[in-house]
Amino acid sequence: MKARLGLTVNGEVHDVLVPVHKTLLEVLREDLGLTGTKHGCELGECGTCTVLVDGQPVLSCLALPVEMEGRDITTIEGMASGAELHPLQQAFAELGAAQCGYCTPGILLTAQALLVETPVPTRDAVKVALAGNLCRCTGYMKILDAVELAALRMRGAPVGEAR
Amino acid sequence: MTSKDQFTVIGQPLPKIDAWAKVTGETKFADDLIMPRMAYAKLLRSPHAHALIRSINTTRARALPGVYRVITGADLPPVKFGILPVSQDEEALCREKVRLVGDAVAAVAAVDEETAERACELIDVVYEPLRALMSIEESLAHPEVRIHEYGDGPNVHKSVALQFGDVEAAFAAADLVREDVFFFEGNTHLPMEQHAAVAHWGPDGKLTLWSSTQTPHYVHRMLAKILDVPAAHIRVIATPVGGGFGGKLDPFAHEIAVCKLSQLTGRPVKITLTREEVFYVHRGRHPVLMWIKTGFTRDGDITGCHLKTWLDGGAYGSYGVASVFYTGVINPATYKMPVYKFEGARIFTNKPPCGPKRGHGTPQPRFALECQLDKAAEQLGLDPADMRRRILVEPFTKTANHLTVTTIGLGECIDRVVEASGWREKRNGWPLRAPASPARSILGEARERAVEAPSRRRRGVGIACSAYMTGAGTAIYWNSMPHSGVILRADRSGGVAVLCGATDIGQGSDSILAYLPAEVLGIDPKDIRVHPADTDLTPVDLGSYSSRVTLMCGMAAIQAAERLKATIARAVAQKLEVAPDQLVFRDRRVGVPDDWDKAVPFPDAVALAESMHGVLAFAGSYAPPKRAGKYKGGGVGPSPCYSYSASVVELTVDEDTGEVELHDVWIAHDIGRALNPLLVEGQVEGSVYMGI
Repeated sequence: MKARLGLTVNGEVHDVLVPVHKTLLEVLREDLGLTGTKHGCELGECGTCTVLVDGQPVLSCLALPVEMEGRDITTIEGMASGAELHPLQQAFAELGAAQCGYCTPGILLTAQALLVETPVPTRDAVKVALAGNLCRCTGYMKILDAVELAALRMRGAPVGEAR
Repeated sequence: MTSKDQFTVIGQPLPKIDAWAKVTGETKFADDLIMPRMAYAKLLRSPHAHALIRSINTTRARALPGVYRVITGADLPPVKFGILPVSQDEEALCREKVRLVGDAVAAVAAVDEETAERACELIDVVYEPLRALMSIEESLAHPEVRIHEYGDGPNVHKSVALQFGDVEAAFAAADLVREDVFFFEGNTHLPMEQHAAVAHWGPDGKLTLWSSTQTPHYVHRMLAKILDVPAAHIRVIATPVGGGFGGKLDPFAHEIAVCKLSQLTGRPVKITLTREEVFYVHRGRHPVLMWIKTGFTRDGDITGCHLKTWLDGGAYGSYGVASVFYTGVINPATYKMPVYKFEGARIFTNKPPCGPKRGHGTPQPRFALECQLDKAAEQLGLDPADMRRRILVEPFTKTANHLTVTTIGLGECIDRVVEASGWREKRNGWPLRAPASPARSILGEARERAVEAPSRRRRGVGIACSAYMTGAGTAIYWNSMPHSGVILRADRSGGVAVLCGATDIGQGSDSILAYLPAEVLGIDPKDIRVHPADTDLTPVDLGSYSSRVTLMCGMAAIQAAERLKATIARAVAQKLEVAPDQLVFRDRRVGVPDDWDKAVPFPDAVALAESMHGVLAFAGSYAPPKRAGKYKGGGVGPSPCYSYSASVVELTVDEDTGEVELHDVWIAHDIGRALNPLLVEGQVEGSVYMGI
């Protein structure tokens, strides 16, 4: 059975006709061509496929588009403002927080949701927020550093060079 | 490039050149490739660990609407493959027998993944289960059950023996001889990206495979063999790899299956493994049973060492012949072992095949040796750090097993972690626990000191050292060609293109290929475009393994850049009427330092050179020094140089449950010069984390 849905992704409304059991991950990647959302375990364990729905991190491999009408979906492609990168994206690039980069979109969006709710997170708060996002390359330290650097910059705090 | 002060790019904490694409989601991994008319593939995998295939009937699957093609082993040439020439024991689709849960027996191409999966369920396979051998002991105890028909004995894939000196005499001369047994249980890479591949077999008869592989060159060779197509008609492109760690170093069944399906359907065909399938594909770190006997003088010197290893290889050869050697050959590169004997055997079991994972066979015996050193130090009343410091291999020497050690910074590494961790204060400050039961700690290097007398939770610090190659000295197939090559092309735009077969798996090899030519040519890394890992366009690089890429493709890149630089210098020298060796290249200009106003902008310098010499394209190549020991197996272990590390760990362990609470890790690496400290820190932090 297919459903015709209007999905709001990165501020744009897309009409899609998709089987009702198709996951949000599949619809984003296959029907909308937004391949920045990565296909991880598809079991809800790794966090790789995280997108934001109404500002909250959601595992798109476990979400169904039929539940998503009228809600704001943000993917990694919607994180930058036009050509200007989000401070998190900038900090991740500068500090080497993305190695292979496969977990990066999910981690960036999860961190973005955190910083909206908690502009001055403690390191422990960052760890808790990112606990559902696995990374096998970095050992997380540069990810935590980058989230903290971005938080500082977003508050307009004076920060020197990235290093 | 002589002194550090002269560098402008090297040593800087620059963002990786691909960082921007990775933080915006623009990087196209293999699973992100979508092509017109593309079909989706699935493999049907065996539910049995060991079974004969009596029949495969695909009738029902072929009848399913949306199915383009179903293939079995009968559709492929009857040729086995494997990464090592000596272990050609894999089939893309098993014909007569399956050897693990997860062996592929059929493949489907369909309109979408779901249809392909349903078609797999409609394939009828009749199996005759055989006894499954699930451990080293079981495989050796049941020689009547044979997983393979080749090897060095029933279910013995490879057995090796090396002896350098009289080990019994060395033990007789020792003040203390210890015999210990250790077992490492194995683990897997778990990259966040599952393996994926897309094949397109064009109407011109030429095949292109995009794959998340660490070794496009070896995949290229293997496809030519198993598909019976000239290698010249095959193009392998390694897409950016979403984590490898050794798990994407083999040619795989799914890569072969999509090629064949593309040929038969006339469509591009994609496959992406599920997380579950990645565990079947495995090639993870071998479980190893280790027996180690070492003689020590009362001062802690090693008189001789005898190591035996038994590797649980899983169902196929993979890199196993190399793996078994690696469990023996690198240990002598850290501590002086004047006499050394090693015997190793890799055993087939009906489990996912093991292979190379981060350190390829060397972390397991390292664990055994370092634990034993601690036990010996305790018996001899020596400080474990001081004892290690005392017995380090001397620089520019050969080990007993003929490895050439050049520089070794391990002593300084030990000093740094001892200092930073407060090792001496912590060891002296904590009362010695009473001598107690064996098997005290799951981290054998931990030196327990009682802190809470009634509890069995004890806090302590431990030290361990390690060494690893910087690239293998020999290729997987013996040949005298370069291990890495770079083509550098410059044109009047002032841009420079770098073409190299190296594969960026997150470690930053693309960036290294920009930094080094930028440094040589005095331009910005941004002026350089890197085109990696495409067997049609790029010179061969053997692959991203054995910590080889920065050194080998880096040396090739420097050579190519120096050649380009010399050519540009000749042209600019003529224009400025100076000698070429007076010229310096910096700040995107070429000129004489004392007359810098006349320095020529780099694009103009390139144009002058292009006018004088024609098209500017230069190649560089690298092959490691030939240092293989003159004995069978001497090709495993030699390296242009070894990297070293020392680490102190502070933790609390519950001696009843084995539960470990980690408090801190101090680690120091001797890696030579950091081309980009950000990348080095990332590798070190990531490896510590994976080691935990």
